[in-house]
Amino acid sequence: MTLLATPGQTVGPFFHYGLPYEGDRDLVPPGSPGSVALRGQVFDGAGGGVQDALVEIWQTRPDGTVAHSPGSLRRDGWAFTGFGRASTGRDGQYAFSTLVPGPSEPGKAAFFAVTVFARGLLHRLFTRAYVPGDGAELAADPLLSSLPAERRQTLIAARGERGFVFDIHLQGARETVFLRFPGH
Amino acid sequence: MSGPAAPTLGSQTVISSEIAAIAAGYQETEGEENQPRLDYPPYRSTVLRHPTHVPIEVDPEAIERSAPCFGDRDVDPLDADLTIGHPGEPIGERILVTGRVVDGDGRPVRGQLVEIWQANAAGRYVHRRDQHPAPLDPNFTGAGRCLTDQEGGYRFQTIKPGPYPWRNHHNAWRPAHIHFSVFGTCFTQRLVTQMYFPGDPLFAFDPIYQSVVDQRARDRLVATYDHDLTSHEWAIGYRWDIVLTGSRRTLPESEDAR
Repeated sequence: MTLLATPGQTVGPFFHYGLPYEGDRDLVPPGSPGSVALRGQVFDGAGGGVQDALVEIWQTRPDGTVAHSPGSLRRDGWAFTGFGRASTGRDGQYAFSTLVPGPSEPGKAAFFAVTVFARGLLHRLFTRAYVPGDGAELAADPLLSSLPAERRQTLIAARGERGFVFDIHLQGARETVFLRFPGH
Repeated sequence: MSGPAAPTLGSQTVISSEIAAIAAGYQETEGEENQPRLDYPPYRSTVLRHPTHVPIEVDPEAIERSAPCFGDRDVDPLDADLTIGHPGEPIGERILVTGRVVDGDGRPVRGQLVEIWQANAAGRYVHRRDQHPAPLDPNFTGAGRCLTDQEGGYRFQTIKPGPYPWRNHHNAWRPAHIHFSVFGTCFTQRLVTQMYFPGDPLFAFDPIYQSVVDQRARDRLVATYDHDLTSHEWAIGYRWDIVLTGSRRTLPESEDAR
């Protein structure tokens, strides 16, 4: 028997004492060997920064394997759990300290799986922040290659200071490509 | 006593007529919508925050078919009791909220993280941006966590939250609710939602609840009163199950053939 989904509802404006926690955005200590920044801004349709958004990432280790380590909520500074959560600041900015995700199989493109929540957003959004590169992996990716060039670009992080920049546009000319998965 | 309306706020009449028009339009379709509409103008903050493109359907990759792992190190069993951890007892109606987290095939989601947050009995959040002139309760914060058990079960002890006003329109009040954040066995099942209480008179007026345009789907956001769960001389019991979909995978033929 197939059960019907529980509907989503907005995260609302008051999640800041429920969801954020100490170390939520630091998958690895900032500045530790191999650490990179994944940062960006969440924008609304008028180009304004969304100050009450929450961004979550879930990613592979640099060798492409999936971590099955608990400890995301109480980080010990050693275990890499692959999960992080960052609430946005006044201008919509978020930032993670993490490792570069690796491809799950040789020849595949590596990405951060991303979810976005916000006041005024009635259901979570899924997207991907692909690791930039010149290799054939991005060109061969089934999702990226199915998109027109200007939309494809919204999914590829840019290189930035100490890591990557991935802006998220909820709406507008540069609206980010959002995803749905089978069964949704 | 009622405060003056800010000039930019619409009336409940306007909001209610917009809600009714969308509901009437939905009645004419024969579809079944299980999720809220992202573009739902009666909830004014959606206007600039809803994507206009249809989401792209993709097959999940390995990372998306798995989920973050949480354990005893992450969650203290006491985190599931929102009525403790302060010098005294919180004010309000003590409640137990329990249920199961399952996937679309009814399989339990085991050992996964459930997080909740809510207003206090007076409808006030412990948040600097909540300016509702209702009292804070020094004995209540309103945030809790637990891990689901082997049956997918979760259980919280808390205080029934009060309804509270917000500035979507003049005299806008949210029905009492508890915010839930839930992880599944796949990252694609990630869900943040709100649990409501049965029979709330504010349902008809609330554009967030009404953004789920199908009544049967809305009903799935409402807990049921459970007298067997209600505890003698202690607490009122509510039961609410959560179904996470999006874990099904269409296998490419090449993988089927392997």
